[in-house]
Amino acid sequence: MMRRGVAVLLLFMSATLIVAASSSSRWQQVPEKDHARPNPLAGTPQAAAAGAVVYRDHCLQCHKPNAQGDGRKHPSLRSERIRSASDGDIEWFLRQGDLGHGMPSWSSLPEAQRWQIVTWLRSIQ
Amino acid sequence: MPLNKPFRLITYAACAASCLPIFGPLPASAQDKPYFVTYSHDLEEPGNLEIETKTALGKPNGGNNFGATAVEFEYGTRAWWTTEVYLDGQATSQDSTIFTGFRIENRIRPLMRDHAINPVLYVEYENTSGADKTILEFVGHDSQPDLAGPNSDLRRDHQHEAELKLILSSNLHDWNISENFITEKDMGHDPWEFGYAVAVARPLRSAAGGRECTFCAEKFTAGAEAYGGLGDTFALTMRDTSHYVAPTVGWQLPKGARLSFSPGFGLTGSSLARVYRVGLAFEFEQIGDWFHQSKQPGSHGGAE
Repeated sequence: MMRRGVAVLLLFMSATLIVAASSSSRWQQVPEKDHARPNPLAGTPQAAAAGAVVYRDHCLQCHKPNAQGDGRKHPSLRSERIRSASDGDIEWFLRQGDLGHGMPSWSSLPEAQRWQIVTWLRSIQ
Repeated sequence: MPLNKPFRLITYAACAASCLPIFGPLPASAQDKPYFVTYSHDLEEPGNLEIETKTALGKPNGGNNFGATAVEFEYGTRAWWTTEVYLDGQATSQDSTIFTGFRIENRIRPLMRDHAINPVLYVEYENTSGADKTILEFVGHDSQPDLAGPNSDLRRDHQHEAELKLILSSNLHDWNISENFITEKDMGHDPWEFGYAVAVARPLRSAAGGRECTFCAEKFTAGAEAYGGLGDTFALTMRDTSHYVAPTVGWQLPKGARLSFSPGFGLTGSSLARVYRVGLAFEFEQIGDWFHQSKQPGSHGGAE
């Protein structure tokens, strides 16, 4: 009975690690529908200002005050990848995160705040 | 007039919690829901450490007032894996103040994408005495008499328990809806016990304002929890089980602190009439960086 329990636990842990490792580049996985979603707050200075506040509360700890990352595992957000992504791509990425590579999911943030972050990110590129 | 023991314990816990920020740099913003029993699929951000006190105040029929505090150390090991240690203690009026044990738990998100319903697997080992009154969950036929005896008697009972939870959680139009299915097994010959917890919550305002604020609506989250026992494998019945409904409110304070409050109301004769819960959390950002020298920013590639 005990052996079976240990085997099930090991199986579960292996499956979890395999799933974690199999997560490839998230940007290639954005569904077309999300890619095409427009930012309802695009270009509004108030949204960019609010996005800066939300960024400070939730993102700054990893991506640093100027959004240039920490030079190690937390990448810069002033990058060609961000510039070439659509607003919908970035919102999708925030919502999904990239759990296998250390980026948490921010689906717990209200959608309006995710769009505010996108607006702010656009304003600093 | 001297404070009675439960309130002394809570005062000590609150003082200890208030001193936490002096041990580190400005902490990050804690992000959890104001739930006390229910878990959502929010995990700790990787590298962050959250220290939270969860205090329960109640009075069982035929027993004395008690205050029980669980101090929780929650670390984001990976974005999909959070590990926690709890230290429990309690004080009972006209009785004693005692340490009641510890718990070690892990929460793992097996799916790497956000779905309509997000499962999280929860595994916990508890080494507590029968005097533990933190009531972080209700299972089996947990009821008032379990909390009413003198500490000297209750603490003689040692519990080595494994607890498994299936956490299902959804974020829908700024609402979080979470359901937990709980099963607990004493390592001895006790039966498997079952319980549940469900909760909903949402921030009072979705969009953030353009400046830092403390009292604005987006800093408050309100919701409700319901939790209780579902019997055990010896008596899979709802008879003599406890059930509670509890509105809950959370307030995001500056510098990464979060205050939560929830009055719970017992729904059955086996339940406490009322249980009041208070939580105070501080989140410390990227504690691994405290021991590393950061490289020059910009030397890494872009967001990939």
